[in-house]
Amino acid sequence: MNILVLVVLFFVISAGTAVVGLLTTWIDRKVTARVQYRLGPPWFQPFADVVKLLGKETIVPHAASKAAFLISPLIGLAGVSLVSFIIWLAIFDPTGSGFIGDLIVVIYLLILPALAMIFGGLASANPLASVGASREMKLALAYELPFILMIVVVLIKSGGTLSLGGLISAQQSGGVYVASISGLLALVVAILCTQAKLGQVPFDAAEAETELTGGILIEYSGTPLAVFKLTRAMLYLTVPMFTVVLLCGGIGSGWGIPLGILKYVGLLVAVVLIRNTNPRLRIEHAVKFFWGHVTAIAIIAVALAVLGNRLGIGWL
Amino acid sequence: MSLKIKALTKSPWVYHLCAGGSCNNCDIEILDCLTPRFDVERFGVTLIGSVRHADALLVSGIVTKKTAPLVKQIWEQAPKPCLVVAIGGCACSQGMFKDCYTANPVPLDELIPVHAYVPGCPPKPETMIAGIVKLLGSLTK
Repeated sequence: MNILVLVVLFFVISAGTAVVGLLTTWIDRKVTARVQYRLGPPWFQPFADVVKLLGKETIVPHAASKAAFLISPLIGLAGVSLVSFIIWLAIFDPTGSGFIGDLIVVIYLLILPALAMIFGGLASANPLASVGASREMKLALAYELPFILMIVVVLIKSGGTLSLGGLISAQQSGGVYVASISGLLALVVAILCTQAKLGQVPFDAAEAETELTGGILIEYSGTPLAVFKLTRAMLYLTVPMFTVVLLCGGIGSGWGIPLGILKYVGLLVAVVLIRNTNPRLRIEHAVKFFWGHVTAIAIIAVALAVLGNRLGIGWL
Repeated sequence: MSLKIKALTKSPWVYHLCAGGSCNNCDIEILDCLTPRFDVERFGVTLIGSVRHADALLVSGIVTKKTAPLVKQIWEQAPKPCLVVAIGGCACSQGMFKDCYTANPVPLDELIPVHAYVPGCPPKPETMIAGIVKLLGSLTK
C-alpha cells in the first residue's frame, strides 16, 4: 500500500472509530439509565455533548503551563487513533496488513491516553487535578502488570506470534484461545483491566466526581475537554476490540461478522454491568486488587498455558 | 439559530451553586430532578462537579455578604456561553431574608446576570423542568 492510501485510511478509520465510539458511550449511558429505572438520554446525546463543548470558551488557568495543558488532549487522541488504526487494519485484513511486532506497538500506544490525562492534570495547576493525576498514575501501574501477563498467555498459546493479523488468522484456523481454561482466566483479567483502562466505576478514583469534582479534567473546558471525551469514547470501542482480537479471534468475514460484533457487545455489556453494580474502590484497594487477586489469576493462567503447551493439552 | 446554541440546548450540563444562606431544601429538590421519577437526563441535563464544564449555574439560597464575591468569582470562572438560573424564592428575590443582617445588600440578579427565575419555597421538580424548558425554548427563538 502506498503512503497516501494509508493516510486516507487512517483518517477514515479514526473518524469511524470516533462515531461508533460515541454511539457506544450512548449505549453505556442508556443501559445505566435502564438499570436505574430511568429512560436515559436520546441516541444523539454524546454527539450533542461533543459539538456543544467545541462551541464553548476554552479557559486556560492562570497558573497552568499553557502548552502542556493544551497539547496533552491531542497526545491522548493521537495514541488512541493510531491504536484503532492498527487494530482495525488487522481485523479487516489479517494476512495482508500489519507488521511483525504491532502487538508491542499497541501495548505501548494504549498507555498514551492515561499518560496524556496525567500530563494534562499536572499541567493544570489545580490541587484536585494533581490528586487525580497521582491516582491515575498508581492505577496505570496497577493494571499494566496483569494486562501484560494476559498478553503473555496469548503469546504462549500462539507460540510467540507478535503480529495481530497472525494472532487473528491463527485463531480463525485453529480455534479461539478463550476456549480453554487459561484463555478463560485471561479473559477475566482482560475485562477487569478494560474496566480500569476506561476509568469505569470500580476504578474511577482518578476523576471521582463526588470527591475530586472531575479530578484530572477539573480545569478543562471547551475544545480540550471535547477531545478528552472523544478519546474516552474511542477507547470504549478500541480496548474491548483489542481483547476480541487477542482472545476471541477477531471479527472474521462473511457470516462471522455478526458473531464478531456479538463478541464485542458481550464484552461491553460485561463492562457496563460491572460499572453499575459496584461502588468506587479507594485507590490503594484498587492497587491491592490488581497486584493481588488479578495478578494471581493471570499467573495461574500463564502456568496453565505453559503446562498445556508442554503436554499438548488444548483445553488447559 | 447557530449550531452552537442548538447543541447547547440539547446538552445543558448544570453546576449546582448553593449561594450559602439557604435551608438546603432547594438543593434537595434539584437532586430530585435526577431521580428515576423525573430523569432530566432525558433532555441531556447532567449534574457536573466542576464549574469549568458548566453550561448553566443553578443558584439556590440567599447570597450573603460572605458569599457574594465567591458567587461572582464562580460566574467569572464558568466558560461562556453560560446560563444562570435562580432556583427558589431566596435566590430570586432574597425572600424572607431580605432585611437580614448577613444578607448581601445587592440581590443575585444585580450581582451576576440571571437568565431564568424559578420561584417557589422550594420549587417542585416539575416547576424546575418547566423553567429549564422555557429557558431553552427562549434560546432557540
